[in-house]
Amino acid sequence: MNIRHYAHASFIGLKTNLVRSILTILGIVIGIASIILIVSLGNGAQNLILDQVKGLGTRTIIISAGGDAAGPPNRTQSTKVSLKQRDVDALEQKSNAPHISKVMPLVNGAGTAEVGSNSYRISLFGATDAMSEIYSLVPVEGSFFAEEEVRSSSDVVVIGSEVKNQLYPNEDALGKRIKIEGHNFVIVGVLPSKGSSALINFDKAAIIPYTTAQNYIFGTKYFNNIVVESDSEKTIALSVDDIKNTLRTLHKIEDPTKDDFQVQNQADLSNRLSIITDVLTYFLAAVAAISLLVGGIGIMNIMLVSVTERTREIGLRKAVGATNRNILIQFLLEAVYLTLAGGIVGVLIGTTLSLIASFLIIKVFGFDWTFIFPYSAAIIGVAVSAVVGLVFGLYPARQASKKSPIEALRYE
Amino acid sequence: MATLLQIQDLVKEYVDGDTITRALDGINFNVNKGEFVAIMGPSGSGKSTLLHMLGFLDSPTSGQYIFDGINTHELVEEDVAKLRSRKVGFVFQAFNLLAKTSVLENVKLPLLYSDIPEHEWNDRAKKAIDSVGLTHRLYHEPSELSGGEKQRVAIARALINDPEIIFADEPTGNLDSTSGKKVMSILEDLHDNKGHTIILITHETHTAEHAERIIRILDGKVEKDEKVLNKRSSTDNFLK
Repeated sequence: MNIRHYAHASFIGLKTNLVRSILTILGIVIGIASIILIVSLGNGAQNLILDQVKGLGTRTIIISAGGDAAGPPNRTQSTKVSLKQRDVDALEQKSNAPHISKVMPLVNGAGTAEVGSNSYRISLFGATDAMSEIYSLVPVEGSFFAEEEVRSSSDVVVIGSEVKNQLYPNEDALGKRIKIEGHNFVIVGVLPSKGSSALINFDKAAIIPYTTAQNYIFGTKYFNNIVVESDSEKTIALSVDDIKNTLRTLHKIEDPTKDDFQVQNQADLSNRLSIITDVLTYFLAAVAAISLLVGGIGIMNIMLVSVTERTREIGLRKAVGATNRNILIQFLLEAVYLTLAGGIVGVLIGTTLSLIASFLIIKVFGFDWTFIFPYSAAIIGVAVSAVVGLVFGLYPARQASKKSPIEALRYE
Repeated sequence: MATLLQIQDLVKEYVDGDTITRALDGINFNVNKGEFVAIMGPSGSGKSTLLHMLGFLDSPTSGQYIFDGINTHELVEEDVAKLRSRKVGFVFQAFNLLAKTSVLENVKLPLLYSDIPEHEWNDRAKKAIDSVGLTHRLYHEPSELSGGEKQRVAIARALINDPEIIFADEPTGNLDSTSGKKVMSILEDLHDNKGHTIILITHETHTAEHAERIIRILDGKVEKDEKVLNKRSSTDNFLK
């Protein structure tokens, strides 16, 4: 008896009880479909987030005030005010950091913008003219403010498309006035609508010179971040070291674990976010995998019923020459077919659901989402379902093979 | 004539808790190659148990069974399966055909467990089906066949491996008289014209009289073992 004959015999066995066979594999189908759906959406979400991070540019390094949140809890409020003008000046010195090409201080916070009686909640950024280049923000109307306006703390603002739509819905906003946190500004640029990028939604943002923001809005001398650009991707690691050394010297920090700043580049951020989404995805997939166990027990249950029902068939097969081994393999293969079919159907259904979900995410939420077929999850899923069939089919198949032919033929 | 099977002091006991039931109580007889033997007895006499022993479906508690020179006592499960596959063909009262499986596939079933090369399977099966006159039913399923036709499929299945001996357990028991007659005439033809050895189990005298020899079993013992003087032929009136 070769594999094809076993395959045929097992197939006939399943076909004879088609409806039951289909119901039996539902558990496996649901389990595999959930795994595919979860992993596909997880990968899609990861891509979405990583694309955002890539919006930063690969040469960008972000220095944040305050120590690493994962570090020892030894810091006070004062650490949030660790980045000042002298840090910017020091980083601009070629002798401190030879590969740094741009240094931009950044202050930010939430605020309210008003035009007449209309008001709108915005994200307010205080930056330099370098903001335009680092975050690829090119106004569709007007232009970004210049270095001169930063130096002179000018009352100029570049607004996001949504801010413009809310406050100047049907008219030109360029050159018009806008009141931000009670201070009057002139709109010099309007940004195109681009959704969220680099984890910031610039559509709802207003960007003003950091000097203006410090002096008239926030009333501080500190920066939330210093954004630095290295002259090439290859020098990022060098620049990160230079930044750390420069700031530590300046802040008189000897123990690196007591840093009052954090330095991150796009690669770091990508890695961190990938780990978070990976852990989430695999955790959910593991939960879904439990249903495979439940499905397997269902298969065992049904196979046992089937073995009892088909006692006569087993007896007949033995009477015409089948060995115990022949019967064992036939019933084991039936179980594996069931679960394998369940696995494949599960992959198909999971893929279909993922496609529908991707479509909805794009249509309803407007995310720049890409559907991802999780090849490894599909292959592992189908393989695992076959193994589930082997494991849970073994006991019923052994029961079948042990039946004595005469008891089997006598069975009514 | 050469002896095909020899049984000596065959005993079969069933143990159920403290009760021991002796179904066969020391049976002795030989069957020669080419013989047509009927085993008769009322229900509970042990005749089906005997057939199960003879057909390697069950093993005796004690006693010897020598089949074609092989002492079956010494065989392991796989050898027994091989014997069933190569040496014997069964015809059961309840037909025992696989449901939702065509006549052709049903007849081919024993080949699955044989050494016969696959390219011969279809020809063999078709020949066997032709010999029981069911060529027009090749692709029908058992549910589409009459009782008599089902039993003829079962006979074709029993013949497919070209067995040394055919065991027929009440083959007409579930059939009307016309179908039963047809089945008996096929068995008779297999013996008379093709030289097959047949052991037939029945409780009906008129069926048993198709054989050359009748062994009567009562309470697990051979009560009588005699030649049939007026062998009934299927051309006789089946129901006298």
